[in-house]
Amino acid sequence: MRAVITVTGKDTVGILAKVTAVCAEVNVNILDMSQTIMQDLFVMTMLADISNCRTPFAEFADKLKKCGKEMAMEIHVMHEDIFNSMHRI
Amino acid sequence: MLNNNDILETIQMIREENLDIRTVTLGISLLDCADSDIDKACSKVYDKITRLAENHVLIGEKIEAKYGIPIINKRISVTPISMLMAAVTSSGNSGGCVKFAHALQKAADTVGVNYIGGYSALVHKGFSAGDRELILSIPQALAETSKVCSSINVGSTRAGINMDAVALMGKIIKESSETTANNSCFGAAKIVVFCNAVEDNPFMAGAFHGIGEPDCVINVGVSGPGVVRSAISKPEMAGADIGQIAEVIKRTAFKITRMGQLVGTEAARALGVPFGIVDLSLAPTPAIGDSVAYILEEMGLEKCGAYGTTAALALLNDAVKKGGVMASSSVGGLSGAFIPVSEDAGMIEAVKSGSLSLAKLEAMTAVCSVGLDMVVVPGSTSADVVSGIIADQAAIGMINSKTTAVRVIPAIDKDGRNMEAGEILEFGGLFGSGPVMEINNFSPAKLLQRGGRIPAPLQSLKN
Repeated sequence: MRAVITVTGKDTVGILAKVTAVCAEVNVNILDMSQTIMQDLFVMTMLADISNCRTPFAEFADKLKKCGKEMAMEIHVMHEDIFNSMHRI
Repeated sequence: MLNNNDILETIQMIREENLDIRTVTLGISLLDCADSDIDKACSKVYDKITRLAENHVLIGEKIEAKYGIPIINKRISVTPISMLMAAVTSSGNSGGCVKFAHALQKAADTVGVNYIGGYSALVHKGFSAGDRELILSIPQALAETSKVCSSINVGSTRAGINMDAVALMGKIIKESSETTANNSCFGAAKIVVFCNAVEDNPFMAGAFHGIGEPDCVINVGVSGPGVVRSAISKPEMAGADIGQIAEVIKRTAFKITRMGQLVGTEAARALGVPFGIVDLSLAPTPAIGDSVAYILEEMGLEKCGAYGTTAALALLNDAVKKGGVMASSSVGGLSGAFIPVSEDAGMIEAVKSGSLSLAKLEAMTAVCSVGLDMVVVPGSTSADVVSGIIADQAAIGMINSKTTAVRVIPAIDKDGRNMEAGEILEFGGLFGSGPVMEINNFSPAKLLQRGGRIPAPLQSLKN
């Protein structure tokens, strides 16, 4: 099962490190990622394999959300199917 | 890898533009619960609903977390209760239909859904055993329960309009409003009078589980007026012609519907029941921006209700269907744009500013689903006038082969005073607040007293 993690907010030091640390902690493997700065806004999207995640999905999402809050960033984790179904025919 | 812009677009739709799954409704057939002993029937009803819907809310919440998409309501629709009441009355027993409403309420409380629909009767060609008894019990049933919703089908394109039922429903709506006057006349907000009612509608208050449906089925209602409005308000759409507007609405409706399809199939799989339909309706909420009226205004109307509103709404309704039909394996329910006045910030403003009248709303119902919805009228409105409104709506539905509905609320304040045009009746929550609208009080009494049935219309020579 794969999930899409999106991180948006004001650019700061250590965003990637903190997000990947949370993933590593619960055994989530990052498959792909991209990052851009649009004007001042930091935007990062990651595709992660969560099939071996050690915690339930909702808990993992909460952890990341909390991690985001600490950096004043917004982090969303959503199953990749929602994007596939909305944007692919 | 998915396209970044697509990902961000989805997140923005959910975060900023109020995109959500409005309702996941579990339809449950209660035909096997019929019993000549009403108490036995009620206990069978309770048992069946709590057994089949035990995990309904839990599964909904799990899907919400998995996809990060809010599912606002988890609901249940059941077989029209009049059919169960028929078994009771035909065996010589009578009275106590309200017991079914209490059984439904208890079951809804146990499984944790917020509404349960199906305190209903289908009387478009006439009353059968149980129908009249159920209808007469509606005011009491809705006053004594909080989650039970009622709907009555009084007409259809194939049967015509049952004018006896129309006359009766005017009285029932008045009475429901009076018995719940201390609760914002909420009883009347839980009754819908239909023409051409659909069997798989997931939206309240008009949801019931039709007799052609399987034993248990999942139907999903999506929403997203905010998303559509935002799509057509983008700077690049400023000079777009009306055909381009229709294209953008289609594309947006496609995306919204795909999400509904995904959630519906997932919920059906988790519950082990068949997936029914996605209802494509654009359902507004009082939240800022989540308004159908604002979409119409974004298209270029100074205010919703101006001349041109019916045309803009016709385009919107049709484009939503065209986009949605391709996105789902099975589209059904009411599918269109809802125009409930009290639930739509733009409609409320339009009424307050004098732009939107009841007459214009009536014209709008001819081109969209569903009808005069959540319209608050003065408390002094007579039952006959309410019946007249129902008859007109039913006629629009019957002739145009579409569903129409009436949900009007005669406004009475907590002290029992009839509210007048211009005042505001507050419902709170998703039901919003309704400005009392001006009404034409000339009487249709004699027409109603004639009784009988308006014959079914001709299906050719369409002009």
